Amino acid sequence: MPDVEEAVAAAFREEWGQVVATLIRVTGDWDLAEECAQDAFAQALDRWRRDGVPRRPGAWLTTTARNRALDVLRREAVGAAKLREAAVLARDEGPYDPEYDGDDSGVQDDRLRLIFTCCHPALPIEARVALTLRTLAGLATPEIARAFLVPEATMAQRLVRAKKKIRNAGIPYRVPPAHLLPERTTGVLGVLYLLFNEGYAATSGADLVRTDLCAEAIRLARLLARLMPDEPEALGLLALLLLHDARRHTRVDAAGDLVTLEDQDRGAWDRTEIDEGAELLETALRRGSPGPYQIQAAIAACHTTAATAEDTDWADIAALYGELARFVPSAVVRLNRAVAVGMSESPDAGLALVAELEAEGDLDGYHLLPATRADLLRRSGRTNEAAAAYERALQLVENDAERRFLQKRLAECRSA
Amino acid sequence: MKYALLFCSPVGGEEQSPAEHAADPRFAAYFEEVRAGRVTGGARLRPSADATTVRVRGDEVLLSDGPFAETKEYLAGIAFIDVADLDEAIALAARHPAAADGGSVEVRPVWE
Repeated sequence: MPDVEEAVAAAFREEWGQVVATLIRVTGDWDLAEECAQDAFAQALDRWRRDGVPRRPGAWLTTTARNRALDVLRREAVGAAKLREAAVLARDEGPYDPEYDGDDSGVQDDRLRLIFTCCHPALPIEARVALTLRTLAGLATPEIARAFLVPEATMAQRLVRAKKKIRNAGIPYRVPPAHLLPERTTGVLGVLYLLFNEGYAATSGADLVRTDLCAEAIRLARLLARLMPDEPEALGLLALLLLHDARRHTRVDAAGDLVTLEDQDRGAWDRTEIDEGAELLETALRRGSPGPYQIQAAIAACHTTAATAEDTDWADIAALYGELARFVPSAVVRLNRAVAVGMSESPDAGLALVAELEAEGDLDGYHLLPATRADLLRRSGRTNEAAAAYERALQLVENDAERRFLQKRLAECRSA
Repeated sequence: MKYALLFCSPVGGEEQSPAEHAADPRFAAYFEEVRAGRVTGGARLRPSADATTVRVRGDEVLLSDGPFAETKEYLAGIAFIDVADLDEAIALAARHPAAADGGSVEVRPVWE
């Protein structure tokens, strides 16, 4: 019965995080929660085949996982603490109730607790990403290992250590209280953005598995935006990811070579994602509380809504990067502003800003600094100087697709 | 949960006597927090220049002057606290002047 298999697969995508999150709350044991969730999905295959798919699959799965946890704890109950846990579980055995009160933040979804705990800043950043993918998104450890190009044993170890630290260091399982919420929310958004970028940066065939990370990041950002409807930056992040993702397939040609924004086939961009992203962005901006993700989404929207590369409103983009620099005072943001100024005013105006950044030295060793200088020189027709800058960029570049792109540009400058 | 806060100060930073320390408004503000009943014990340590390090190798007791390793920071004090979770421990650590003065505070859960 393929229908049942589909129903279980769909339930896995929709409900895994919720089942695990609830089980962690009631048992306080991350490993037990995962085990019981897995067991519930395995049982669903048999039982749903026999009895039909339940009306509320999530409720069925949570109750089944919870009963399983109760069995395990009863069997293993040796100390008073375990028995107490079992007693709590027994009390909880009534019909599934997604509303759980007892959190001073007023937010009640267990998945939100889970995501804030997975993204706690006391955990190393790689562990935050891995833990989010494992417990919230339900990716298997080998899948996560492949996506991050590390051996399976390394990834397994990373997850074990993270869970151990949560337990031993007393990282709370809750949505942070109001005074910590803005800072911790920024941290969660950062993890999801990093997750997306891991997938987005993947360009070659061997990297294809990594592009799944984009889909996972969007799924999680969607979840977060739903769970935190009052947080415009959560909407901003989702908008940003959708607007980037809409162009993902046109960034690389059939040979795996990089295609710049101005040469991308705009007709092949994903209109559904662009429309959704633009709409989300508008909803977010109406709140009147701009932040770095909303601004970056606005920049992405400038690109995706321009009918042709020539129609791009670079003056708007330059202004948005100026705004972004107020929130994120980073040299990379200023480099991007230099590009936009170079496009909207003149290459020389952009080069002047690049020169400032070179003098400051914060971007020493970053290949996009000489690559930006090279591009602006090329646009103003100074091909010899451009060639020298491309050579410098080539000494610093690490990604193969980007290297081939810079080599191509260098060859064009030399033959000009 | 029980934690130890390890206060680390930059080597060569100014040393305050206990009297100066008590008169420092930043510490006074911190001690206000301490009185909230979450600190169960602790000590301020004299600078690492006054330390003697002991090692036993075979039958020999080896002594050396100073801390066991050259570091940019030295352990200047320790406090034991009993709070609900890591977030509370971090909040307490972040309010200690040592965290801001070019130093750091290490938060370590205690084996229980």
